[in-house]
Amino acid sequence: MTEIGAHGKASRLNDRLSLVAGLLQRFTWERTGSDQAQRIELGGSITIDDSAALWKRIGESIAELKEARSVEIDLSRIRVIDGACMALLVHFRSDVRARRIRCEFVGGAAEVERIVDLYGGHKKAKRKRAVRKPANAVEQVGDATLAVFREIRQILDFFGQLVVSAILAVKNPKTVNFHDVGPTMERAGADAAPIVVLINFLIGLVMAYQSSAQLKQFGANIYVVDLVAVSMTRELGPLMTAIIICGRSGAAFAAELGTMKVSEEVDALRTLGFMPLRHLVMPRMLGLIVVAPFLVLLADAVGIAGGMVVAATTLDITPTSFMIQLRGAVKPSDIISGLVKSVVFAGAIALISCQQGLATSGGAEGVGRRTTGAVVSILFALVVLDAIFTILLAGLGL
Amino acid sequence: MKTPLIRVRELSVGHGDTVLLEKATFDVERGDIFIILGGSGCGKSTLLRHLIGLETPLSGKISIAGIGAPRLEGAAPRYGVMFQSGALFSSMTVGENVGFALQEWTELPAEAVSAIVRAKLTLVGLEGAENKLPAELSGGMKKRAAIARAMAFEPNLIFLDEPSAGLDPVSAAELDELILALNGGLGLTVVMVTHELESIFKVGKNCIMLDRETRSIIATGDPSRLRTESEDPRVRQFFNREAGGR
Repeated sequence: MTEIGAHGKASRLNDRLSLVAGLLQRFTWERTGSDQAQRIELGGSITIDDSAALWKRIGESIAELKEARSVEIDLSRIRVIDGACMALLVHFRSDVRARRIRCEFVGGAAEVERIVDLYGGHKKAKRKRAVRKPANAVEQVGDATLAVFREIRQILDFFGQLVVSAILAVKNPKTVNFHDVGPTMERAGADAAPIVVLINFLIGLVMAYQSSAQLKQFGANIYVVDLVAVSMTRELGPLMTAIIICGRSGAAFAAELGTMKVSEEVDALRTLGFMPLRHLVMPRMLGLIVVAPFLVLLADAVGIAGGMVVAATTLDITPTSFMIQLRGAVKPSDIISGLVKSVVFAGAIALISCQQGLATSGGAEGVGRRTTGAVVSILFALVVLDAIFTILLAGLGL
Repeated sequence: MKTPLIRVRELSVGHGDTVLLEKATFDVERGDIFIILGGSGCGKSTLLRHLIGLETPLSGKISIAGIGAPRLEGAAPRYGVMFQSGALFSSMTVGENVGFALQEWTELPAEAVSAIVRAKLTLVGLEGAENKLPAELSGGMKKRAAIARAMAFEPNLIFLDEPSAGLDPVSAAELDELILALNGGLGLTVVMVTHELESIFKVGKNCIMLDRETRSIIATGDPSRLRTESEDPRVRQFFNREAGGR
């Protein structure tokens, strides 16, 4: 009942809107003739202000075509028609013809004829355009899956080219642009230090705070040190730092190289004898690989410091006790495995962001798309690499 | 008989499955101003990119005298290229742009590179602009700076992609004068893509016209003569700026 009531209300509202639209409408649209041979007589003034009403009429007429064999659109009573409305009428005619119904414009004053001509109203019917069938859900999932594999293949191709180029560059190191390694280290390393410090300190602090409530129940307060230190050095330090590098440097590399690509600067570089892989990609990769372990060491230290603050303030563990427990909790292999991870993560960030940047096409929109693509692909790669590391290290007993 | 500077034989170019030009054969003589013409989408710029060596042909052969197949990377530039937008490195000053390749590929000290840069910028009418960033230059100045960069290694061949596109008539005319001066004064061979008719008749000595429909060269020769003597309606239509029936 409620539904019917709601439907009735909506219908009444529609009727009222139609009435208002009808009162405001400055043109006439009359259907005459038989159901088979229909004639639509248009009159008055049809301009952009009337386009919505005209479009509504077109929609209604399409629904009334069931038995029609021919439709004549009589323009003789039109006083004024503008381009937008003429375009809608031409579209209407194409729609009618697509249903295998003959449809022509007839009549029309000289002024109207000019507009009809300009918008292709007198052109002969073209062969029916092939209508592209929209892809269904399964096809869309299939296409997206293939696109992911294509993207992975392109990244691996790029990695292969980079490895070959690096091997060849050993013979002729002058061809590698080492000048840009320093500035890259500064931008990706020194400039990232404040945010790395802040985020990792808070991560250590939150982790210690969250675990303290649980540990207190068992009187195992002191193990907060092990928990924070091992988590930070083995897992969170490298991962959080890699995510920060991805957001800052990965996005910057992709956007920078993408802009260079679309403004033909990469081509210009090639015409001056430089290889984009050695001139643009290698310095960025070297810079990131060198700087990432230092950022991770910093992240480890401040993360543990965050834990220490919570331990001292809420768990009554003095900094001295914390440090004594820390010496036993963290093995060198914990720190080293984190540093090795950071190097691999940095390599992946540089590789994917540069590949995406150099694959950019299509102007500003392309740069945006590739930058987003780079960040998403890097985050995905980081999680996969992290999982691989976890399994490998567990297998090696580290 | 002199050997041509560029020999193109049975060249087919395109992207992926799309073939834009099939089995094109032509020569570019030394000292020529050779223009690649044609309507939009016929593959002019793609052909130019193949001549430069930025793309690999689908089939056929391009040979540049003294170089062989066009090669770009790993050595000092053997010919100059100016891109449609100028493609100056936005992070460098104009002077650094012009001197970039010299600094990398020669043992010249910075002072000598600066002297060459200043001379090249004077040659293209941009004296005193070496410390400006590309963003501070007008469209015409960017193109001039790009020509100076392309000329840095004293090439005997330069490729220009739509040099007058997007320029006001005065800047376009000045650029034409510059091309004529470089060709006449230095004997530079110029290969350019353009569809600015005034420019074509003013500077063009030879041309090829590409056609999208037939994917072939439909006219070869002096553009001024083709305008009056060609019997092909497509060629006359192009040179006389007549609208085609769409």
